[in-house]
Amino acid sequence: MKGYKEKLFKAITYTASLFTIVALFGIIISLFSEGLPIFKNVPIAKFLGSSAWYPTHEFPEFGAFTLIMGSIFVSLGALIIGIPLGLGSAIFVSEIAGSRLKEIVKPIIELLAGIPSVVYGLFGMAFLAPLVRVWFNLDTGLNLFTVSVVLGVMIVPIIASLSEDALANVPKSIREASLALGATKTECIFRAVVPAAKNGIIGSVLIGFGRAIGETMVVLMVAGGSAQIPHSMFDSIRPMTSTIAAEMGETVMGDMHYSSLFALAILLFIITFVTNLVTELVFLRRSYR
Amino acid sequence: MNKRKLQNYLGVSVLSLAILITFGFLIVFIIRMFYMGSSVLSWDFVFSSPQKGMTAGGIFPAVVGTFWLTTLAILIAMPLGVFTAIYLTNYGKPVWLVRILRISINTLAGTPSIIFGLFGMAIFVNLMGFNISLLSGALTLAILALPMIINNTEEAIRSVPKDFSDASLALGATQRQTILRVLLPTALPNILTSTIISIGRIAGETAPIMFTAATFYSRRLPKSWNDEVMALPYHIYALMTEGTHAEAQVPIAYGTALVLLMMVLSISAIAIYTRYAIRRNRKW
Amino acid sequence: MKVNTIIILIVAILSAVSVPLLAKGNQLTCSGSTTVLPVAQATAEAFMDKNPDINISVRGGGSGVGVAALQNKTVDIANSSRSMKSKEIAACKAKGINPTPYAIANDGISIVVHKNNKVSNLTVAQIKGIYTGKIKNWKEVGGASMPIVIISRDVASGTFEVFNEKALSGSKVEGAAQLLASNNAVVTAVTSTPGAIGYAGLGYVNENVNVVPVNNITPSESTVKNGTYPLSRKLYMYTNGKAKGVVASYLSFIQSAEGQAMVKESGFITLN
Repeated sequence: MKGYKEKLFKAITYTASLFTIVALFGIIISLFSEGLPIFKNVPIAKFLGSSAWYPTHEFPEFGAFTLIMGSIFVSLGALIIGIPLGLGSAIFVSEIAGSRLKEIVKPIIELLAGIPSVVYGLFGMAFLAPLVRVWFNLDTGLNLFTVSVVLGVMIVPIIASLSEDALANVPKSIREASLALGATKTECIFRAVVPAAKNGIIGSVLIGFGRAIGETMVVLMVAGGSAQIPHSMFDSIRPMTSTIAAEMGETVMGDMHYSSLFALAILLFIITFVTNLVTELVFLRRSYR
Repeated sequence: MNKRKLQNYLGVSVLSLAILITFGFLIVFIIRMFYMGSSVLSWDFVFSSPQKGMTAGGIFPAVVGTFWLTTLAILIAMPLGVFTAIYLTNYGKPVWLVRILRISINTLAGTPSIIFGLFGMAIFVNLMGFNISLLSGALTLAILALPMIINNTEEAIRSVPKDFSDASLALGATQRQTILRVLLPTALPNILTSTIISIGRIAGETAPIMFTAATFYSRRLPKSWNDEVMALPYHIYALMTEGTHAEAQVPIAYGTALVLLMMVLSISAIAIYTRYAIRRNRKW
Repeated sequence: MKVNTIIILIVAILSAVSVPLLAKGNQLTCSGSTTVLPVAQATAEAFMDKNPDINISVRGGGSGVGVAALQNKTVDIANSSRSMKSKEIAACKAKGINPTPYAIANDGISIVVHKNNKVSNLTVAQIKGIYTGKIKNWKEVGGASMPIVIISRDVASGTFEVFNEKALSGSKVEGAAQLLASNNAVVTAVTSTPGAIGYAGLGYVNENVNVVPVNNITPSESTVKNGTYPLSRKLYMYTNGKAKGVVASYLSFIQSAEGQAMVKESGFITLN
């Protein structure tokens, strides 16, 4: 009787675990089964390489190149803002702040991570964009620059908390050795501690990249939505995620436009999947026991 | 020597600057939200329905919609997540399954939220025929919350010292009894606080519910699983992009954002504070 | 701590169970055009005031969204700021859906420019030149020397489809154009951008922008109703088959004198 209960309990935990795997495979299967049909009509090379995205035109064209570039530009822009701020904050918290200050700063950074992206979108759209337009005397404030700033701040908590973990894991002896040799605080940080935490920091940046490229609401509201390769940082752009979000509702299940958006989602999924996997296996070296 | 001192001073200043800029942005952000939002915020705003083509009235249906979406999603994800974490921490066999499971969890955790939205639309809305409804939205959000809950629970269970379970097993308790009577109760405060943080996260998600649950205007509160619901984050988005009278609607969008922000931040703040308090007072 | 957490859990579970598993009841859903949205919502409010047991849920998204939803059988009414394309009707028929249009208002797509822009007229050909990127400066069409900023609508928009058909005769919009999600966004963008040109339904035009006559005709009640304004159109609600029951009474409410008064109040032009 007792053994039966044990087995039942074990079976329940086992089944629950399978559910996560099923969910992931469900996502993969649904993305591919809805997205692959587009490639019967549009060759992959054309889908990836052409810049003409006219999905509802009488003779529709599905060239996603500008959208892919849009996503890449947005994420790089976000990293340019997010890396110095996030990494700087992490080093500050881990190496400079006293324990009192640390106890105030860390929860605030954690709290920052909880702000919903749509609220950032509202802030960017209704407050930052008009300011940017006036400051730089532009046609529109909804552009690559504004969206990079907002996204950059959004990924600060991610980069900061993961890098901070990496820095905290650097053995105390390394710091002590460096300081004992006469290094200043700054030298100790940049010559000894940061190099020792290098892998974890790169990992945090990659995770930040994955988050930025997959973010939807902020780019939908702040990027402006022109399907073009930006010539300057004040051009409007249209990344993959905002294209999916803006156009999915209007598609009819199973038609070409519908499956072309799922194809974009496949691409997005592959990018984030590879980024995550590389991060986990190479840089964070998580054990997969 | 002087040059090095200057360099040191500069380095420390630059690092302090990074955190000052981050906090400066945060402060501007919070002030702006409170300043703009407080002009419309009142009990009446929170507890009444939208009126006059969304230019007046409140956001009550959206508050209730977000409450149900979040509650249902957590109730679905919580048992699954906790059991999965128990499996990972206590059984963990066969090894290949654990490996696949870990890759799945990490992949799900890094997948963009819009993809969950597409999945929910393809599977729950269309294939299973739940339509655009509370149920479809809650299921989609539950899958989104699952990796967070698993990771948090696992961390909480692992933080329980091994002596506890060893002692329990040595006293003749079975593994199931040890888990249910020793491990889970000890880890419970941590599990709950981190679950509360995930509640805050999914309450603010917009992309997953856009095609699975959300509607622009509905006066009635949701009465069943099958209803389309208004939701706070979607309401902000809709007012800003599909709105018809910007002068009246942008303030309402700010008010909605402030309500959402206060909900999410107070929930998270309580959880984060409790967690620090638990850590500080932990006797083991 | 332990007692508290257990109480929290119990409360959460109880409240979840209290969502009753009711049938849908008198729930009516409509989605689609953002141009129709203000009319749909205002009339839905008034209709619900008269019939408190009925709930109407209104969603936007764009005309394409409404048409697609009708085809996917996820709505009762599809709002559209254009008539359905023959391709869409054929696709519906293939799924056993019989889209039936109900005209609810008249509208003229107005060409709007910045308040300080002195351009006094644009021909349809000039508009086409601007939106396809052939005309890049206002001085080419009689204005001051200033680069033109093209503002257009995203592809889900019925306003875009009508504009594309009537003004651009199907040509593709220049890639640098900003694609915005609603009439309101267009008007707001034009208000704040000196070199901008945009287009929006009459109901959205306000005194912060200039309306440019097209082929020397200004959009007004009479020029839209008699069709002399080149960019005039009708706003529709589509149902699957002839409307029945609640849907029918809602539609006839919009077409009634009371409903049409609301159409006028929203800035659009009445049917008759």
